Amino acid sequence: MARFGSNKFKITKRELQSILDALKRKGFKTIGPTVSKDAIVYEEIDSLNDLPIGIGDEQEAGSYRLKKRTDATLFGFASSPHSWKQFLFPAQEKIFSIHQPTEKTSPPLIDPSVRQDPPLAFIGVRSCDLQAIAIQNRVFLEGPYSHAGYKSKAKGLFILAVNCAYPSATCFCSSMGTGPRAKSGFDLLVTEILNGQKEPFYLIEAGSSQGEEIIAQIEKTDATEEDLKKEKDVIQNAEKQIHRRIETQGIKELFYNNLQHPRWEEIAQRCLSCANCTFVCPTCFCSTLIDIPKKAQEIERWMVWDSCFTLNFTHTPAGSVRKSVLSRYRQWMTHKLASWIDQFGISGCVGCGRCITWCPVGIDITEEAEIIRKTSPVKTPS
Amino acid sequence: MVMKKLAVWKFTSCDGCQLSLLDLEDELLEIDKNFVISYFLEASSRSPDPPFDISLVEGSITTEEAKRKIIEIRNHSSILITIGACATAGGIQALRNFASLQTAKERVYPQPELINVLPTSLPISQYVQVDYELQGCPINKQQLLSVLYSFLFGFRPSLNSGSVCMECKMRGTPCVMVSSKTLCLGPVTHAGCGAICPSFGRGCYGCYGPKETPNSPSLSRWAKEKLSIESTVLKQAFHTFNCIADGFKRFDEED
Ligand code: SF4
Ligand code: SF4
Ligand code: SF4
Ligand code: SF4
Repeated sequence: MARFGSNKFKITKRELQSILDALKRKGFKTIGPTVSKDAIVYEEIDSLNDLPIGIGDEQEAGSYRLKKRTDATLFGFASSPHSWKQFLFPAQEKIFSIHQPTEKTSPPLIDPSVRQDPPLAFIGVRSCDLQAIAIQNRVFLEGPYSHAGYKSKAKGLFILAVNCAYPSATCFCSSMGTGPRAKSGFDLLVTEILNGQKEPFYLIEAGSSQGEEIIAQIEKTDATEEDLKKEKDVIQNAEKQIHRRIETQGIKELFYNNLQHPRWEEIAQRCLSCANCTFVCPTCFCSTLIDIPKKAQEIERWMVWDSCFTLNFTHTPAGSVRKSVLSRYRQWMTHKLASWIDQFGISGCVGCGRCITWCPVGIDITEEAEIIRKTSPVKTPS
Repeated sequence: MVMKKLAVWKFTSCDGCQLSLLDLEDELLEIDKNFVISYFLEASSRSPDPPFDISLVEGSITTEEAKRKIIEIRNHSSILITIGACATAGGIQALRNFASLQTAKERVYPQPELINVLPTSLPISQYVQVDYELQGCPINKQQLLSVLYSFLFGFRPSLNSGSVCMECKMRGTPCVMVSSKTLCLGPVTHAGCGAICPSFGRGCYGCYGPKETPNSPSLSRWAKEKLSIESTVLKQAFHTFNCIADGFKRFDEED
């Protein structure tokens, strides 16, 4: 098997653009970060000029502000209100429609919604999100059943990752072991390096043969010792900017032992059960099926995002199982940090900080986990 | 398929919700194939011919006569669906429930003594049993269609009773409260509109009324402390079309 990642090259912004062009020529739809209104979102991009050039962000619990940077970085910001899951696992997707034929005796006609979308290329995926994509791949593709819609989109996916240089105050990937350096799960990996008054340059490496092919076609020089040192500095600086953390030692037992902790009630007083945290989370995968009658002779079945914060989520003929907001918040956090490990052998949280920033009342998963650990009546070894 | 007999009723309201039915333009012909619209003053002057399979009721109850009439409608309808904020929550006219009737009359009418109304504007459910409530000011016409056809097929309509935030996130709008400190009632408001206002950079006005398990006191606390929203502004935000709905009425009181 070919080993990737050993060769790093130095390229200019122009060459990065030619990578984008090459992907488009191959028929990929290129999706990347861009400024829309008051935030950096992920949308289809045509050229590097669509990226947030010289724009950064400031994030805190329940707060997000764009800010002008003093340089011309293309990737000088952290997590976005969007995540890549919206492209692989869209918020609403038609599964099929059923028509009643005019002949009353013939069976209903089922029309599966097969769509031939162009393959996707994600530009600028950070380490935490690479891990989130890997987690969703496991959820949707492994095991006895796979998700056809997800599969068709994930199959041809191309990922150009970027080493994260400017984490926000809500990031905590380092404690979850998911960043800021990207380790695997990409076709190409780029590190943006500031170059004084001049345009930044980029170090690039391949993570797949498809990535290697692309590198082979562009103008590049071998990365020097000095370049590699600069790359290391970028990552080290990023690590230093990360202050939030979750202690993961024995975390599963910690939550399983604390289902009755009084803190849950305090959070429930604040929590709006609005579901924002689950929808911005790049790993949450829950959905529901809804039937929409279009005409009397036609019904469509759609798969739409759902969340454990709704009453309907646990609806049974006897009513909702999780009536209290307490039980719903506890489900979310316990699933993310504990039962996910039993279910998929890995944590459901990659430390991207989205749920902290985008909670309308700033509820902070790291703070809550810390409080529960500190005040847990049962001590968990750490 | 058996044709269902439909009636559309109006109490104290602006007609906007009934108009959503007429607004269904393309689908109206389809509706006509499956429902007999037996009584609908907005569309025809035909007089009511009970009983009805489905009654759609718009408007709130504000007079003695209306009280009698709604009971009669209930008795003649297999299924009664209220449409809109007036019928489900009393409407904006319920603002007068907070004041004295006399003062309200004097403020609005030149001859207040001619106005013979109840001291309160109340939702239909205060007087009769309601089978299904469609929230919103005005209601969403697709939801109305969905509910009508669901009764035709005999299954539960799939309407999201969670927050407007869910729809906001599903359409990819970055939260206006988080990104620009704009007060938004989305987290406590019932989904249904598709989160239109935040997509134009405005906060949600709460037209759809409270969602399931709304936590308005927490939102109010955050708005005052972190977004520097004044109490009077907060009150104006909550006390609109759904001012007397549980969940919006006592928006900043803890239980
Ligand atoms: S739980 Fe929060 S921090 Fe963890 S992956 Fe989800 S959104 Fe990111
Ligand atoms: S936290 Fe809730 S919404 Fe997210 S995956 Fe778990 S159950 Fe689903
Ligand atoms: S934790 Fe925050 S984002 Fe999540 S449901 Fe509660 S209030 Fe909404
Ligand atoms: S803009 Fe309003 S509706 Fe949208 S997520 Fe924010 S609080 Fe919710």
